[in-house]
Amino acid sequence: MIALLIRDLRLATRAGGGFGLGVAFFLILSALVPFGVGPDRATLAPVAPGILWVGALLACLLSLDRIFALDHEDGSLDLLATAPLPLEGAVAIKALAHWITTGLPLVLAAPIFGLLLHLPMQAVPALVLSLALGTPALSMLGAFGAAITVGLRRGGLLLSLLVLPLYIPTLIFGAEITRRGVEGQAIGTPLVFLAGITLAVLALIPLAAAAALRVNLR
Amino acid sequence: MIDLGRYAGTVLAAYGVSIVLIAGLVWHTVAANARARRALQEFERNG
Amino acid sequence: MSIWEYANPAKFMRTTEGALPWLVGSAAICCVGGVVWGFLTPEDFRQGSTVKIVFLHVPAAMMAINIWVMMLVASLIWIIRRHHVSALAARAAAPIGAVMTLIALATGAIWGQPMWGTWWEWDPRLTSFLILFLFYIGYIALWASVEDPDSAADLTGVLCLVGSVFALLSRYAVLFWNQGLHQGASLSVAPGERMSAVYRHPLYLSMLGFFLLTLALILIRTRTEIRKRRLAALQAREMRA
Repeated sequence: MIALLIRDLRLATRAGGGFGLGVAFFLILSALVPFGVGPDRATLAPVAPGILWVGALLACLLSLDRIFALDHEDGSLDLLATAPLPLEGAVAIKALAHWITTGLPLVLAAPIFGLLLHLPMQAVPALVLSLALGTPALSMLGAFGAAITVGLRRGGLLLSLLVLPLYIPTLIFGAEITRRGVEGQAIGTPLVFLAGITLAVLALIPLAAAAALRVNLR
Repeated sequence: MIDLGRYAGTVLAAYGVSIVLIAGLVWHTVAANARARRALQEFERNG
Repeated sequence: MSIWEYANPAKFMRTTEGALPWLVGSAAICCVGGVVWGFLTPEDFRQGSTVKIVFLHVPAAMMAINIWVMMLVASLIWIIRRHHVSALAARAAAPIGAVMTLIALATGAIWGQPMWGTWWEWDPRLTSFLILFLFYIGYIALWASVEDPDSAADLTGVLCLVGSVFALLSRYAVLFWNQGLHQGASLSVAPGERMSAVYRHPLYLSMLGFFLLTLALILIRTRTEIRKRRLAALQAREMRA
């Protein structure tokens, strides 16, 4: 399993692997929003939590099709399916690799983008914590969507359509945590919900994703 | 026609949208069914 | 005589053929009857004539949810027992559910305008229906995108399962997100809340009408899917011969 993880990480960080694409997209988005809504602190600060979270969502979405598509094309996915490692485990590892290369950089870079959007400083811990807890769910749900659409021509758009509604609960609680961080309110309740969702997703979604992969590899 | 009062536009709009959507759905359902039945009959006749 | 006999396509076709005229007839009577009766009810004290919209909005919303539940059950039956008719029925039901959701959203928004002063409000119930609509669209799109019918049935089945869990989860997340201005359940048994009989009876008739209409449409569309599948199988056999 570690070998698979290292392989995927190496593939992603090589040239053409798309590493850093998520963060770059996040940066562009943080620059575009003020152009769209105006540069006033009064306009940006209230929506900053939401924009940051939606931006993280979309940045995650960008690299989802890479999770399985490349391996599917060169046949290594079939090898993975017949390997002694259970397919659910392989799915989990691939989701982890996606998170390390896309989600984790977002978590680390978020405070800087918060700065661009005039997010109050006291909200930064809440922002980082909510992203740290929520992005793993985004990667795993994304892996599910990727498993369903692997091998489809132009599956990217369908992937977004299938996955974004699944992101809604995580988004709601994540943005709420950040907003409460702005107000200085207690973040306990939504934090528990967010963590609960992520844990349940990490535990159960690999089963669904593996099932979808088996269908597509028939 | 019963007097719908000042909300006449609202009520008629709601009813109108619903009827159009349902009519469209029914029409599509029936038309697709007829098409499939015809195609199957054609094939069984010629094939 | 078990319900599983209807998993046999031929038996399904024969049985529905006989039942459909009755079903369509009674659906038409109940729908038209319920809606017209509702149209003739007196105006509500607070909401004026817009209360008449309830006879469309509530049945449509109910069917939107019931159809998704039916799709979930049908998907499970396909995954566990591999009855093609079940998978085809789920596929057939989805567009109907999407339209019902759309009617619920549209009538809800139109009703909301004079009542709340706004065309759209991110009220928990309306928002949950919008999310449900997204799930319907994704489901329908997936069926259309996968070429192999059995793979499509499997993938959409898994999607329906995961989607159902998330639809429920979203419902509660959305409630958390916005406490909302939608009135409490209009058919609740709490004494103060109860809808007066003048409105309740036409509503029940409308709900029955929508239910029968949905059933008739699902059966017709499933018959269409069965025919298309049979045609594809015959054509494939021809090509091989």
